Formats: sequence, structure tokens, C-alpha cells
Amino acid sequence: MITANKKGRLTVLGAVAIGAMVALAGCASSDPLSSGDSSASSDGDTLVIGSQQYYSNEIIAELYAQALEAKGYTVDRQYQIGQREVYLPELESGKIDVFPEYTGNLLQYYDKEETAKSPEEVEAALAEALPDGLTALKAAEASDQDSYNVTKQFSEDNDITSLADLKDYSGTLALGAPPENAERPYGPPGLKSVYGVDVTSTPIDDGGGPLTVKALTDGSVQLADIYTASPLIAENDLVTLDDPENMILPQNVVPIVSDKVDSDAQDVIDSVDAVLSPSDLQQLNSKSQTDKESSATIAKDYLTEKGLLDQ
Amino acid sequence: MNLFLDAFAWLGDPAHLSGVDGVPTRLGEHLWYTIVAVVIASVLAIPAGYLIGHTGRGRTLAVALTGGARALPTVGLVFLLALLVGIGITAPMIAFVVLAIPSVLAGAYSGFEAVDRKTVDAARAVGMTEWQIVTKVEVPLGLPLLIGGIRSATLQVVATATIATVVGAGGLGTYIFRGLRSNDYTQMLAGSIVVIALAVVLEVVFSIVQRLVVPAGVTAGRPSDTRSKAVRAGAVTATPLTKGTQ
Repeated sequence: MITANKKGRLTVLGAVAIGAMVALAGCASSDPLSSGDSSASSDGDTLVIGSQQYYSNEIIAELYAQALEAKGYTVDRQYQIGQREVYLPELESGKIDVFPEYTGNLLQYYDKEETAKSPEEVEAALAEALPDGLTALKAAEASDQDSYNVTKQFSEDNDITSLADLKDYSGTLALGAPPENAERPYGPPGLKSVYGVDVTSTPIDDGGGPLTVKALTDGSVQLADIYTASPLIAENDLVTLDDPENMILPQNVVPIVSDKVDSDAQDVIDSVDAVLSPSDLQQLNSKSQTDKESSATIAKDYLTEKGLLDQ
Repeated sequence: MNLFLDAFAWLGDPAHLSGVDGVPTRLGEHLWYTIVAVVIASVLAIPAGYLIGHTGRGRTLAVALTGGARALPTVGLVFLLALLVGIGITAPMIAFVVLAIPSVLAGAYSGFEAVDRKTVDAARAVGMTEWQIVTKVEVPLGLPLLIGGIRSATLQVVATATIATVVGAGGLGTYIFRGLRSNDYTQMLAGSIVVIALAVVLEVVFSIVQRLVVPAGVTAGRPSDTRSKAVRAGAVTATPLTKGTQ
């Protein structure tokens, strides 16, 4: 009996030890429960700023928040709210006043039939599609959308900088992309119909993360679908292929604001998006993902550098 | 029920039945991964399990290690390994083998432990060598439990091989993950149905094999037979798991 119990305990200990190691390794540096515990209420002079459950979106929200605070506004941060189905009704009912969004996806949420393609067309269509009470401010140059990337060497060896150049490539093209890419209009069917390019799809389910990049750099795939805001593109010296036909729906960063945000406050938010370039957004994300800095620190450093915290 | 009808309609669509992304190809990949993983796990675990079972040593360590490895989240392990070895089947295969080893190992040593000590002593008394005791007494008598272990390992790998696709290795999980990520639940369910069907077929195959390979007179491990014959057969074989581990 004693030995049996002892063996049982050792098994449990082994299981617990390995399990705990894995669980601890998975812990992120920030605790999503540590902020935003007060209930959402948009009263008086306080502007409620929300963000998606996505680290990069929270950084952008924090940029708006600190820029507004520097100009004397009181803000209430309600970050990490999850899906559009949850937070858009809150915005429409006036419980949230400022929310960083992405042009293409937000447009599709309100108008599935929309056919706008270029960033300008999408932005214009979005202004039309938004319900009363919500306003889209000017979109930033920075975007967070799917993009096809190749290694610098592949680009130089084959003189390929655009999706249109791919049809002249003689070898086989394997595409590393999230599983859903195969079903998307910009996936293999779109590459074929828009650019005349045949690719074989290799699903890699890490959202265009390190494994996708590794597959690209070790030559397992030649093309990789990675979000334009990903710090991995710059870190690995990848070349993002141009999309001259606007096959991929643009997803420029765009602040959505309620009527409570007056024109002065709108100017403050606009001043942030006016400077937010694509490479800036990549660097901000890199500080979060690589250097593990908090969104508050990242936003403060960036706004200070751009002189947007000056009184 | 409509979802099920849609899923079966999806499976019947000729467009889904041919090519590299067709059901037969994916099913073949899935089955192949399962077989290779279980064979590798068996090659590693059966000799180790027999050694543990025959000598009675190292069981505590083996149980602690394999039990602990069982607690590893397989998806996490696959991504971690893939970052080292790249995309393709290598990383998931290692994870599947890690997953399959504990069941096979337990089947091997508990099969030996289940053999009544009196039987082993009798074998030794009639002059059998240690090698003969292993090959002529312990292996045949432990076979039902070993096959049971391999059977349960196979079932676990069949279910888990669906994650091979997250690192681009294909298999039936391709439909499940693609469906999941693009809200195409018909495709997801269709993939799941094929996995379930494969698991059921393998179960049937194993139950047949289990009956074929067990020597006449050995009844331990057959759930239907254990209760009624255990008393009479007690001199030859104990009811293994109860006597061996409690």
C-alpha cells in the first residue's frame, strides 16, 4: 500500500512539475485583469476610451488616451473588450467615446456588400456606412492588414517586389498562411484570379507569428501571410509585396468617436494619427512583443518623442 | 440536424474527394501519421516496459516521467518543437510519440506485473532460463494488456493527429482548423466525422487483433471474460490491475 501511494504521489508530482513549467512559460508579462475594473460610464467631462482584446489596438488606444490627458481631458480606460459584436453596440449607445478601429473590417461589419477597394475608397465608404452618432476621424497611414511577404534574398534574386511580379516566377510557390487564408478572397483563389499566380497553400496556425517567419526564412515556403503591423517583418528584413490591384482589403487605423468628442478633442486624436506611420506601428508593437513594455510606457515614450505631450 | 446533413453533403461533394486537399489524401496522411507514431512509441516503450515489468525496477521513475509528459499540452509542444525543427510532420510526430508512450509503456509493464508470481516461480522451478520466462511466460500472458495499451495509445493519437495541420503537415485536422478559423462549421464537422469514423474502425480492428493474438486459455484483460473465469484461472493469471497496483 505504501509503495502504491508513493508511486501515485510521484506521478502526480511529475505531472504537476511539468504542467506548472509549461503554464508559467505561457504567462504573459501583463495582467489583463489589473486595469479597467471600473464600470463603463460616460458622464460629465470624462471620455471613455476602449480597445479590442489585442495588444496593438490597446497601444493605439493608449496613445489617444495620453494625448488627450496631456491636453487636460479626463479619460476612463476600458481596454481589452474583445469582439466587434460586443463593443460596437456600446459605442453606439454612448457608453464608449473613443475606439481605435481598422477601416476595412469595420466597413464590412456595417456593410457586407461594399465593394470599395483602395484605402481612400474604403475610408470614404466607411464614413457613409457608420450609424448616426458615430464619426470616423481621419485614418492613419499605419495599417494592420494581411500582407504577402518574401525574404529579402528571394526578392532580390528574382526581382520581385509586387504580387504582379510573381506570375513571372518559374519555381513553385508555397504559401505559409493561417488556415482561414485558403477560404479568403485574397487567398490562393484571389492570387490566381487577380494576379494569375498559382500557389500551394501550407496552413500555419500561429497568426503570422514566429513559426510562419521561420518557415519563410528556412525556405519551407516562399510566401508568407503576415500582418503589416507585425514587428517580425522589420526584424527579419522581409519584403512586403505591393498589392497594385488592391486585392487585400485595406485596414488603416481609424479612430471612431462619439458625439461627445468635441472638435478640440478630435484635433488631439487627429494629431496622433497624422504621425502614425506603418513603421511606427511596427516599432510600437515590437516594444510590446519583444521588449515586453507596457502599453502605457510605449505610448508615453512615443508621444514624448513626437512632441505630442507638450502643453 | 441540418448541420449534420450539410456535413455529410460536404463529404459527398466530388470536389472534396480528390486532389491533395481531398478527403482520401487527408485520411491517408492521418492514418499514416497515427501508425508511424504508435510504431515508434512501441519500439521505444515495449522493451522498456518489459524490462521494468520483469525486473520490477524503475517503475516509479518511469511512471513519474511518462505521467508527467502526458500532462504536456500537445499543441504547445508542437509549436515549441516546430520553432526548432521547422514546419512539417517532424514536430507533431515527436509530440504524438510522447503522447503514445505512456499508454504503451503501462500496457507493457502492467502486462508483466499481472502475471501471477506463482506462475513465474513455477516456470523457474521447471528449469526455464530468465529469457525463456520472459518469452514463453510473461510476454504471452501479458499480451492482452499490452494490446490494450497500444489500442488506447492509437485512439489518443488518432484524435490528436488533427493538430498536425497547425504546422502545415496536413491530415484530417486541415478541415477542422480551416473550418474553425473561417466559421465554416460544416467543413469542421465533416472533418470531425471522418476522424470519428477512423477511430471507430481502428477500435474494431484492435478488438479483433486483441482476440487473435491472445493465447488460448489466457483470459485476463478481456472484460467480458474476466469476471466469470478469474476465479478458476486464478492459478494461471491474476486479475491484473487490481492485484498489481493496489
